[in-house]
Amino acid sequence: MKSLIKNVRAIDPAVSLDQVCDVLIEDGVIKEVGQSLTCDDAEILDRRGHVLIPGLVDAHVHLRDPGLEYKETIATGTKAAAHGGFTGVCSMPNTKPTTDNAAVIDYVLESAEKAHYCRVYPSGACTVGLKGEALAEIGSMVEHGAVAFTDDGRGVQSAGMMRRVMDYVKMFDKVVMSHCQDESLVGAGQVNEGVASTRLGLAGWPAAGEEIQIQRDIALSELTDCPIHIQHLTTRRGIELVQEGKKRGIKVTCEVTPHHLILCEDDIDSSYNTNLKMNPPLRTKDDNQALIDAVKDGTVDCIVTDHAPHALHEKSREFELAPFGMTGIETSLGCVLTYLVRPGHIDYNRMVELMAINPRTILRVPQVRIEPGSVADLTIFNPEEKWTVTEDDMCSKSKNSGFLGYSLVGKATDAMVGGTLTMKEGKVIG
Amino acid sequence: MFNHKHLLTIDDLSREDIMCVLEHAQMFEEVNNRPIKKLPTLRGKTICNLFLEPSTRTRGSFELAEKRLSCDSLNAGGSASSTVKGESLIDTVKTLTSMKVDMFIVRHKYAGTPALVAQNTTASVIDAGDGKHEHPTQALLDLYTIWKAKGSFDGLKVGIVGDIAHSRVAGSLVPALKKMGAEVTLIAPATLLPARPDVLGADRVTPHFDEVLPDLDVVYMLRIQMERIEEAPFPSLREYNLLYGLTEARDKSMKEDAIICHPGPINRGVELDSYMADSSRSVIVDQVFSGVCVRMALIYLLLGGAQNEVSHKKCASN
Amino acid sequence: MNDDNQQESVVMDEGEIQRTLVRIAHQILEHNKGCENLCLVGIVTRGDVLAKHLASIIEEIEGVKPEVGSLDISFYRDDAVINLAPIVQGTNILFSLDGKTVVLVDDVLYTGRTIRAALDALMDFGRPSRIQLAVLVDRGHRELPIRADFVGKNVPSASNESVRLYLKEIDDESAVKISKVKPGQRVGSAPVKRGR
Repeated sequence: MKSLIKNVRAIDPAVSLDQVCDVLIEDGVIKEVGQSLTCDDAEILDRRGHVLIPGLVDAHVHLRDPGLEYKETIATGTKAAAHGGFTGVCSMPNTKPTTDNAAVIDYVLESAEKAHYCRVYPSGACTVGLKGEALAEIGSMVEHGAVAFTDDGRGVQSAGMMRRVMDYVKMFDKVVMSHCQDESLVGAGQVNEGVASTRLGLAGWPAAGEEIQIQRDIALSELTDCPIHIQHLTTRRGIELVQEGKKRGIKVTCEVTPHHLILCEDDIDSSYNTNLKMNPPLRTKDDNQALIDAVKDGTVDCIVTDHAPHALHEKSREFELAPFGMTGIETSLGCVLTYLVRPGHIDYNRMVELMAINPRTILRVPQVRIEPGSVADLTIFNPEEKWTVTEDDMCSKSKNSGFLGYSLVGKATDAMVGGTLTMKEGKVIG
Repeated sequence: MFNHKHLLTIDDLSREDIMCVLEHAQMFEEVNNRPIKKLPTLRGKTICNLFLEPSTRTRGSFELAEKRLSCDSLNAGGSASSTVKGESLIDTVKTLTSMKVDMFIVRHKYAGTPALVAQNTTASVIDAGDGKHEHPTQALLDLYTIWKAKGSFDGLKVGIVGDIAHSRVAGSLVPALKKMGAEVTLIAPATLLPARPDVLGADRVTPHFDEVLPDLDVVYMLRIQMERIEEAPFPSLREYNLLYGLTEARDKSMKEDAIICHPGPINRGVELDSYMADSSRSVIVDQVFSGVCVRMALIYLLLGGAQNEVSHKKCASN
Repeated sequence: MNDDNQQESVVMDEGEIQRTLVRIAHQILEHNKGCENLCLVGIVTRGDVLAKHLASIIEEIEGVKPEVGSLDISFYRDDAVINLAPIVQGTNILFSLDGKTVVLVDDVLYTGRTIRAALDALMDFGRPSRIQLAVLVDRGHRELPIRADFVGKNVPSASNESVRLYLKEIDDESAVKISKVKPGQRVGSAPVKRGR
């Protein structure tokens, strides 16, 4: 099967590419990048005015499968990923049963292969049942394809246990991804502790509850020499801690989400919109600015969505009873283009680093380059397409987006995984 | 012009709206002092008291207010309710709405519930206390009581003492007092303060009761909720009483005409000594009476207020 | 807010109002054989002023001033919910009605609904031995079986006209005026100006 993408602006900072050209794909790999290419038996995709980049990877996605299929399945979650322009996602292990053994890793990989919308790089749990008590079978999960380890959703509470996890994971040259939340400080926290918690009469989720564990995990990384990846970082101080760690040569990386970059606690008004209930919570405007600055200066390694689907009946209820999280994989690219690229905070090169190159580096999965010989995992987007975020335009089984009603500029039009189109002209294939 | 459908937060009301409520409460006070304490005004209107957490005084106050206005009331919630059987609150509200309820009085232990109810019904909604968020009718009855005792709010020095962090009463009362021109001091141990007391609008926050007590015109004692003791925000009830209790010893340092308020129920010997609770300074019983008058006024204004333009013109000409 | 640009005609001027009140006072006294056990209750916002005038006139005649109260019938209106009038003036009856002869005083008698509400309201205050009705103007168009005992003046009117009393104490002038009702305009008492 051959495809020929014509007249597209191809951008890949890894090979210093930024030019309007044609790209020929054959047998799942890029065959040729050049001007005025022709091929008689290839599917021609004329993408004038569009941008071609290495396939986007989201390193933080809750596919909810197995066990919570009413929220999302591997099929619907990966379909949503393709719709958002992603060619790979890293799935989180807080499934039912927990992804803490090789059998569940196998299940995730097989289901993803069957659905065939995008690659799934599964992460496994650090501890059995995410309980923070006993090491999960990390070695066997690695053998079956787990790319990283995390107790996302809760975090490992005891420093001693976290140290054991990191010592152990280090042996397999994998990364530990840390959800930083000190439960004794956070308790029943619902929203950022400060203006929002006071105004809304909700229990506060203090910034320190996150920062303490960022500090701890960086220290443990220094102690164990295990690479640590700080998940969904939200505060100015958190950024400073990562900066310091990097300066000291510690193997620390971090991620931020579009919602923590764009939304803040002030957006949660007296209507108590549960789609804005997030863990960690939306912080302050000042934190938004600190995160944007850190995205610009390189402190932030990647942008992820923490795509967290929840059924309507779970979100349509009392704020304090609604679960944390929002979907994001279908709005991520649009948000980054609208709020980071358009205002000039970052350019396309930096965006590709944040959303395609660095996620692969952190997850230790093969890179994709726009050059002959590379696997053809590619994303094409129209940078000028104006669209409004609506429930009807979502492939995810759940519609709990905090960006519903937002007008965005820039949208993925095509995605290709291993040379096969998973989305064409905005429509997911299959 | 009082043009509101719901009362979900005290922020919804302007200073003029609040005065309108207080003036109407005065009319209803006259009714409540009659031998026949009943008006035919809202005959045929149905009000659902949706009390999803235990409440004796607020619920009783609302029920009396409804009955004295000739409303039909329906009590939902409590241990026999369908929410206990696992029905979602939204389904409960939709079910009751389809029975043609005109107003919901909502009490719940979760903040924002009245807003959620309002989003899912065509009826009016009054917040009768939501979690740690607000309790606007309590604030209005407090204002009414203070207004009657003091005549005006301008420059009035009000101290609110106790568990501000978990108090929905403070959540409504502080902004309400500020709106009316009073000066508000919050007096509490740091462990019982919200993260940002300034957001509520307080002029001053202090842990030192005795430093500010002599300046206060109104001393508003909040209830210490015994279920909070487990979280150990202070060492013991004894120490709390020592530092923040309104004791007989503190009577001497109070202004001669200072009054004492408390939203009830009182923990005698903890935040308030019996001597003080029963003293001539105490307006705690008046607060309870004000509750019925103010709630009658609110139901009257909300159930009729937004529906007829002519009536609003007339109100505006007041 | 007054209908300044309306075609208005004066049907009673200040002098005529005063003379009429004197006559009504005499009629009340004659009918009740003096003012023993008599009290006056005026319906706000103009009936109460008329009631005070009547009481003063009675005092001049008899040397005794009957008790006077004011009654706000807002909470008793049969249209309270659809036509809520939140400008409640308040009721002020500081004496017992039990066993009294109550003369209910209103400015303009029209459909009779106000009087119906006033009768209900009075009953909630006690048990008068009898209630009589005095009005300055009867403009007809009754919707209920209600008739005044003392009428100042009968003013035939069309239902698209409004007949309103203005009083010095409230409106800076005293007169009864008749005018065409604009579409959508409220029929009934003249609105009270701001600041009163």
